[in-house]
Amino acid sequence: MKKRPTVGEVLQAKGVSRRGFLKYCATTASILALPPSMIPRIAAAIESARRPSVIWLSFQECTGCTESLTRSASPTVEGLIFDAISLDYHHTLQAASGDQAEAARHAAMEENHGSYLVLVDGSIPLGNPGYSTIAGISNLDMLKETVEGAAAVVAIGSCAAFGGIPGADPNPTGAVAVDELVTDKPVINVPGCPPIPMVMTAVLTQFLTFGQLPELDKHGRPLAFYGQTIHDRCYRRPFYEQGKFAETFDDEGAKAGWCLYKLGCKGPITYNACATAKWNSGTSFPIEGGHPCLGCSEPAFWDKGGFYNPLSTGKFDSGTKLAGAAAAGVAMGVVAAAAGRRRQDKFTREG
Amino acid sequence: MTGPEEVRNTPFYGNVGPLLNEVLHAVDRLLETDEPTTIDLAGLPFGPGELEHLEATLGTGELSCKLDALGTSRIRETAYPGVWWLEHRNPHDEVVGRYIEITRTPEILSSQEADITAGRARLEDQLTT
Ligand code: SF4
Repeated sequence: MKKRPTVGEVLQAKGVSRRGFLKYCATTASILALPPSMIPRIAAAIESARRPSVIWLSFQECTGCTESLTRSASPTVEGLIFDAISLDYHHTLQAASGDQAEAARHAAMEENHGSYLVLVDGSIPLGNPGYSTIAGISNLDMLKETVEGAAAVVAIGSCAAFGGIPGADPNPTGAVAVDELVTDKPVINVPGCPPIPMVMTAVLTQFLTFGQLPELDKHGRPLAFYGQTIHDRCYRRPFYEQGKFAETFDDEGAKAGWCLYKLGCKGPITYNACATAKWNSGTSFPIEGGHPCLGCSEPAFWDKGGFYNPLSTGKFDSGTKLAGAAAAGVAMGVVAAAAGRRRQDKFTREG
Repeated sequence: MTGPEEVRNTPFYGNVGPLLNEVLHAVDRLLETDEPTTIDLAGLPFGPGELEHLEATLGTGELSCKLDALGTSRIRETAYPGVWWLEHRNPHDEVVGRYIEITRTPEILSSQEADITAGRARLEDQLTT
């Protein structure tokens, strides 16, 4: 195997000072949701880390996940791609196409057998292999062949993680998630429609920095980013606790920035980091823009009833309790949200 | 500058007050045990205007620095000595990190061993050519 340069060597060759490197490490700690006291360890680990080879496969998807990543500011995708990883195959971003692109994929697999990462966006249709192909190869065949020598697989976006929109009822293509097909390798789910770019880069950075995969929840999501609900970290939460809700999108409550629960907010049952990581270089997130959370990082979010129906009128009977607690001004949101989670899991299993 | 009464009655969503209390406790720690604290603002909830309100409340002190390394960083002591505001930007001028450091001098301001060594070599080269 060709010896890849360490990240430290790459940065040194580019004339990056130690101060610049410390800044990079501070940002990395922040992305990984690690305490700043970990910065020296991160610095030591990054300096000696070798750039991992990454193969990105795009199946039944809309390219939104790639769009999200390439607009990532933390660190810049250029930085990530050129300094931290070696992106050896990505049919949207690479210049080569057809046979040449496939040759690059095979070369990366051979050279880095056992150590490369496979990133997948999009679900895999099992209904008919012809529904989605790349260079004449069905998605299923390409996935099986590519993951064979991989160290781990990262399912990027709700389609790859849970089937997503292609898998929505009545699932015309027989779309399935990556972890339904890959059972003998670690699979990390990074759902969201699209996922937060920072979360995507963080998973890669963690692998690069510590050579290990993040701790996951029961849906295979990294706990550092999916350990709390949107509601747990929502800045409108004080209004929820006071029972102050917007009733329509243009009433006085909406203008005053009150809680969007009654407008269908799925924040209480949605695990993701939007409320703090935010979007567009930290500008805002949907709730800050006045729109309820759709719950896009949860399994089968597309099939859970209307986006604008309050949880209390949807398929979650715990919603009544949530609304009741909030209306009464009782600070029991966390308990109620936990109840919501249990109901959601039940729904997911039955759905 | 924002007065104490306004800070207590923050007109926003109530996320600034608790953080200022955390800063106060960190200042106590610095005075009592010399232990520095870094607060990473990326993981905290802020409503519209609250971050700006926090920054304005902490104000500007005697010392401000600009660092040019992998993009610009601005490091300044706030109106409260020992409380520093750090903002890191990437080469595209996008903010990639914001921190409050409660310390005597933020570590990133110190000249680093590796840079001193490399600089010494450059100086020596200049003298011998
Ligand atoms: S219900 Fe939605 S808008 Fe209201 S506090 Fe929870 S997450 Fe925020």
